[in-house]
Amino acid sequence: MTDRTTTAPSGGRLVLTVVAWLWVLIPFLYGVYSLVLKVPALF
Amino acid sequence: MAGGFFDRSSIVAPPGWSRWLVPPAALAVHLGIGQAYAWSVLKTGLGQGLQLSGTATALPFQLAIVMLGLSAAVFGTQVERRGPRWAMAVATACFAAGFLISAAGIAMGQYWLVVVGYGGVGGVGLGIGYISPVSTLIKWFVDRPGMATGIAIMGFGGGALIASPVETALLSGFGTTPGGLASTFLVMGVAYAIFMSLGWLLIRVPPEGWRPPGAPAESEDPAQRGPAVSASKAVRLPQFWFLWIVLCFNVTAGIGILERADGIFRDFFGSTTPAQQLAGAAAAFVAILSLANMLGRFVWSSTSDLVGRKNIYRMYLGLGALLYLVILTLGEGNKVIFLIASLLILSFYGAGFATVPAYLKDLFGTYQVGAIHGRLLTAWSAAGVLGPLIVNAIVDASDVQGPARYTTSFIIMTVLLAIGFVANELIRPVDPKHYVSDAERAAPEGSAAAEDRREGASR
Repeated sequence: MTDRTTTAPSGGRLVLTVVAWLWVLIPFLYGVYSLVLKVPALF
Repeated sequence: MAGGFFDRSSIVAPPGWSRWLVPPAALAVHLGIGQAYAWSVLKTGLGQGLQLSGTATALPFQLAIVMLGLSAAVFGTQVERRGPRWAMAVATACFAAGFLISAAGIAMGQYWLVVVGYGGVGGVGLGIGYISPVSTLIKWFVDRPGMATGIAIMGFGGGALIASPVETALLSGFGTTPGGLASTFLVMGVAYAIFMSLGWLLIRVPPEGWRPPGAPAESEDPAQRGPAVSASKAVRLPQFWFLWIVLCFNVTAGIGILERADGIFRDFFGSTTPAQQLAGAAAAFVAILSLANMLGRFVWSSTSDLVGRKNIYRMYLGLGALLYLVILTLGEGNKVIFLIASLLILSFYGAGFATVPAYLKDLFGTYQVGAIHGRLLTAWSAAGVLGPLIVNAIVDASDVQGPARYTTSFIIMTVLLAIGFVANELIRPVDPKHYVSDAERAAPEGSAAAEDRREGASR
């Protein structure tokens, strides 16, 4: 089978990919940021 | 067979579908169920608001972890057969329902509903959700399975990072009265139902025979196509049990530090850190261990795609054993060495979880890797009992103070890691005589041909 089912997403799929990653990355990075704020107390 | 919305046949990716849409679908589920590791925040609120003991408030979490292992093992084959959308939808429904049942239980003054809701129903969501994206990710990223499962399982480690500040804010806003606690659980349930739904809406499986760009086409010769072992056969092979020991002891060793991280820091540095800074420093140590646990899942699991699964577990187990000895001999009073060694041990702990699906794929193939993974997770349940038992029982029984309290338990961890190292060395490729037939291999789980085969076998 050829590899049409990947890479070079169309415009709509590109937007979907960006939205999907932001959906998970924004809360994740917020969590990491909250954690990193505590680290300086170690030193 | 007509495919319903949740059937595997309904989610075969159309042309142009990017495989990079699969990791966020997996992450939506894993970041959601990873909330379980932030139970301690809710536990504190429940203790204050409902006047419950620490033992009582720990019950929902303990039951949830037991149910995680059990449901992953019991429903693994079902997850493989029905496909990831069904599994992710069930996981979302169970996990969110766990919160909603708990909210109702708190509002009605029936604490047993919190135990059954969060621990029982939610725990089933944890188990099914944990294994739901694994086999799909491996099939999409057959060229980089360690990286793909590393991303998802890093999400499980990262879920607590999101949940912890959110739970703190909700409890602060609603208060810890029964009404406030019920509102907190209600909001959490609704929020997780929405957040995790991205997973089952977005997930797609690759079309049959699909290969990633640049990957060599699958050989027509069955002997060259790599392993394809059924879950029922895998659990009867020594490779499965050697890997079970590897996972169990690697997790046990990580829990050895994770379980008492706060206390370990205080015992090692209590005499050299000003008293007013000690609590903050110990809390920061716990936080930085979480970060190492999470990042190790992605970094080391991705590295395993380059250096091989056996070699990376040699590092987790062999270097992990040496690092425990380093902490014992050089860690006292030397914060830099202590931190480096602890962070590496925790990164290996997380990585052990993240790399194991790819190791299973190498040994048994993608045929039923999700179901085999589910069965292997019983090693996690065993380690969840073994690790805290070793650390708490021995340390609490000790009458000495300071780092010497940990000498016996850390030596036991070193020995367990050495046993795991030997078990890893004993793992050999599976004999092709255990592979499924070509007809079974050609009809993946959930396909019409597989259904016909199953019906034929049952007649």
